[in-house]
Amino acid sequence: MREQCPKDRVKNFNEVPYGYTEEEAVREASRCLQCPDPPCVKGCPAEINIPGFIRAIKEKKFEKAVSVIGETSNLPAVCGRVCPQEDQCEVRCVLNKTGKPINIGALERFASEFSVKRASEKKPEGPAVAVIGSGPGGLTCAADLAEKGYRVTVFEALHKAGGVLAYGIPEFRLPNGIVAGEVDNIRGKGVEIKLNYVIGKIKTIEDLRREGFKAFYISSGAGLPYFLGIEGENLKGVYSANEFLTRINLMKAYKFPEYDTPVNVGRKAVVVGGGNVAMDSARSALRCGAGEVTVVYRRTEKEMPARRDEITHAREEGVKFLFLSSPAKILAGPQGAAKTLVCTRNELGPPDESGRRRPVPLENSEFEIPADTVIVAIGSGPNPLLLSTIKGLKLNGKGYIEADPEGRTSVGDIFAGGDIVTGSATVILAMGAGKRAARAMDSYLKEKE
Amino acid sequence: MFKILSKEQLNSETCLVEFHAPDIAAAAGPGQFLVLRVDEKGERFPLTIHDMDPERGTVSVVCQAVGVSTRKLCSLGEGGHVADIAGPLGHRVSGAGYGKVIVVGGGVGVAEAYPVARLFAGNGSEVEVIAGFRTKELVLCEKELKEFCREVHVTTDDGSYGRKGFVTDVLGGLLTKKKYDLAFVVGPVAMMKAVSGMTLSENLETRVSLNALMVDGTGMCGCCRILYGGEKRFACYDGPDFDASKVDFEDLGRRVSSYVEKERQALEHKCRIGLVPPSAGRGK
Repeated sequence: MREQCPKDRVKNFNEVPYGYTEEEAVREASRCLQCPDPPCVKGCPAEINIPGFIRAIKEKKFEKAVSVIGETSNLPAVCGRVCPQEDQCEVRCVLNKTGKPINIGALERFASEFSVKRASEKKPEGPAVAVIGSGPGGLTCAADLAEKGYRVTVFEALHKAGGVLAYGIPEFRLPNGIVAGEVDNIRGKGVEIKLNYVIGKIKTIEDLRREGFKAFYISSGAGLPYFLGIEGENLKGVYSANEFLTRINLMKAYKFPEYDTPVNVGRKAVVVGGGNVAMDSARSALRCGAGEVTVVYRRTEKEMPARRDEITHAREEGVKFLFLSSPAKILAGPQGAAKTLVCTRNELGPPDESGRRRPVPLENSEFEIPADTVIVAIGSGPNPLLLSTIKGLKLNGKGYIEADPEGRTSVGDIFAGGDIVTGSATVILAMGAGKRAARAMDSYLKEKE
Repeated sequence: MFKILSKEQLNSETCLVEFHAPDIAAAAGPGQFLVLRVDEKGERFPLTIHDMDPERGTVSVVCQAVGVSTRKLCSLGEGGHVADIAGPLGHRVSGAGYGKVIVVGGGVGVAEAYPVARLFAGNGSEVEVIAGFRTKELVLCEKELKEFCREVHVTTDDGSYGRKGFVTDVLGGLLTKKKYDLAFVVGPVAMMKAVSGMTLSENLETRVSLNALMVDGTGMCGCCRILYGGEKRFACYDGPDFDASKVDFEDLGRRVSSYVEKERQALEHKCRIGLVPPSAGRGK
C-alpha cells in the first residue's frame, strides 16, 4: 500500500499508509480465491466473514462489504489499521504459498470508509447492564449487548471514550477521528457512554446493583504501568509509555502550546522495550522533535513482540535499535533531569516460560548512552483501583481477574475480559473477549428471568 | 460539562469555585481530589476538594491562579462550565482516634487542609492550625477554621498580618510546649519537608498530602510516582496523604518542577493571544 515517505511523515502525526483507492481495493479483492472453507476466518478473533466482505468489494458493493463486517465486528476502521493480520487472518491465507497473501487489513480499512451512520431504529428496552471501561473490548461487548436489546451504559474514567484507542495508539497509526466515528456508531446503537466516571471511586459495583444494573462487564484494561525499578527512574524526563503516549495522543501535547499539556522530549530519546507500545513511543518521540531515538531491548530483534510492520516503519523513520541491552541505571545531568542511560549487555540463554530465549547479563559489560528522555515501555499490570472494591471477585496471583474464556468470574453477575484478565495483549483479542462475554451475559440474564 | 454554581474571589489570585456534580458530591470525602479539564484544549490537573455538599449536589475547590490551567479556571464566572471533572480520586483521610491534632497549611494548602481539619474536629479531636501565607491579602479560611478549631495561628512572611515569619517559627514554639498525637501537613514541597523534619524529630506521627503532577489520576500513567521508603508509590492511587517519615521530598520537589520551563512558554503564548489574563495578580 502507498505510504507517506519517511522523511515527511516524521514531521507530522498524519496516518502513514494512505489506504487503497477504489481501483486498488477492487484489484486486491479480485485476487481472493473465495475458499469454500476459508482458513482466514479461523484466525480472526472477531469471527469476521472475510471472504464475504472481500467478495462485496470485488463486486463494488462497498456498503454491503462494511455491513458484512458489521455482522460480527463493531470496529472495522480500527481493526483494519491495528490488528496484527500477519499473525491472524493473513497468515492463514492460502495465497501465502505464492508469497502474496491477500492484504485483508487494508481491504477492511477500505470497506470501513463506507460505513453508514444511522441512529438506532429501536431503542433497547431490556434489562440494564454496565460495561466498565470503553476500550475496544468494552465497546464491542456494549454494542453486542445493545443489539441483543439490553440497555447498556459504559463507564469511562477518562474524558474521552476509546480506552487505549484514544490515549495510547498514536494518530499516525489510528487517527482520533476514526476512533470517534466508531464510538459514535456504537452510541447510535443506543449505548450510553458516561465519561469521567471512575467506578470504584464515584460508585462501586454494589451501588450500580442497587441502581438496577443486572450484569457487569469489566474491561478496565491493564492500567498500571510497570517500571524498571532502577536507580534514577524518578528523574525528570523519565516517562512510562502510558504517560508519554497519553500526553501526546489524548492530550495533544504535540500541539503545545496551542494545547495546554506539555511533554518534554529532549534531543536524545531512549525507549526501553520491544513491543508495539515501544514502537509507538519511539515514533512519537521522533515526531515531537527528538534528534535521535534509540530503542533498547534486552533480547534480539527476533524475539521482539512488536509487529514487523511497526519495526520496519520505525526503522525507516530513523529509529535506532540497541539489542541485547538492559538498562541498569539512569544518571542525572543538571537540575535533576535524565542525562545518561547506563546499560549492561546480555547474551541469550535457554528459553523462559514465554518460549523466548532468556537474556543473561554479561559481567563487566556496562556502557553508557546519552538519554535526556527515557520512555519505559515494558508493559503494565492490573490496576487494583476498581478490583479492590468488589467483594468476592477472585484474582490470580498477579492480580488479574480470574475468568473463563466466556468471561465468567467468581461473582455471578460480573463478567470480565481483555487485558484485565489476560495481561497486556492486543485490541483484537480484547474485542474477541468482549464478543464472547456478551453472549455469556445474554444467556446468564435469560436464565435468570 | 460541569456547571459552576457559585464563584467567590477570595483574594487577587485565589478563588473558590463550586461545581454542580451530584454523583461526585455524594461520594467525596476529606482528603480526596478531583482531576479537572477546563476546556477542549485544556490539560488535566488535580485539585484537592475543599468542600462537598451532597444535598445540594456540589463540590468546591479553592484554586490559585498560577499557571495556564488554574488561570483559565479562575477566569470563569458563575454559570460558566468546565469540560470535565473526574473524582473523587485518591483515598479519604482516616481521621478517627487522635486526641490532639496539629494541622499545618501553607497558602492554598490551608484551604485543602480545611476539610481534613473539620473531619478531625468532628471525630472529637482537639485541632490546632498553623496557617502560613505570604502576605495579609492572601489569608484564607481563618474564620471558617476558627469555627471548630481550638486555635488558629496565622503567619505571614512579611508580617502584614498575624505573626511575622513562617509556619515553622510558630511550630517550633508549640512543639516545645505541647504534645500532639498527629500532625497533618499540606502545602508547598519545601514547607512540608521543613515542617515534617521538625515534627518527626519530636516522634510525632506526621501525614503529608502530596501535590504531585498527575494526568489521569487513577494510576494509569505513573506521572505522580514518588519514592516512599525507597519504593515507588503513586500519589493518586496510594495517596494523596502519606506517612511523612517515608516520603523523599527532594525527589518530589524535583518531579513537580518538571514543566516549569514549558509552563512559562505556555503562559507567554496564552497571554499573547489573550486566552488567559496576563497577570495572576501578584502585584508585580
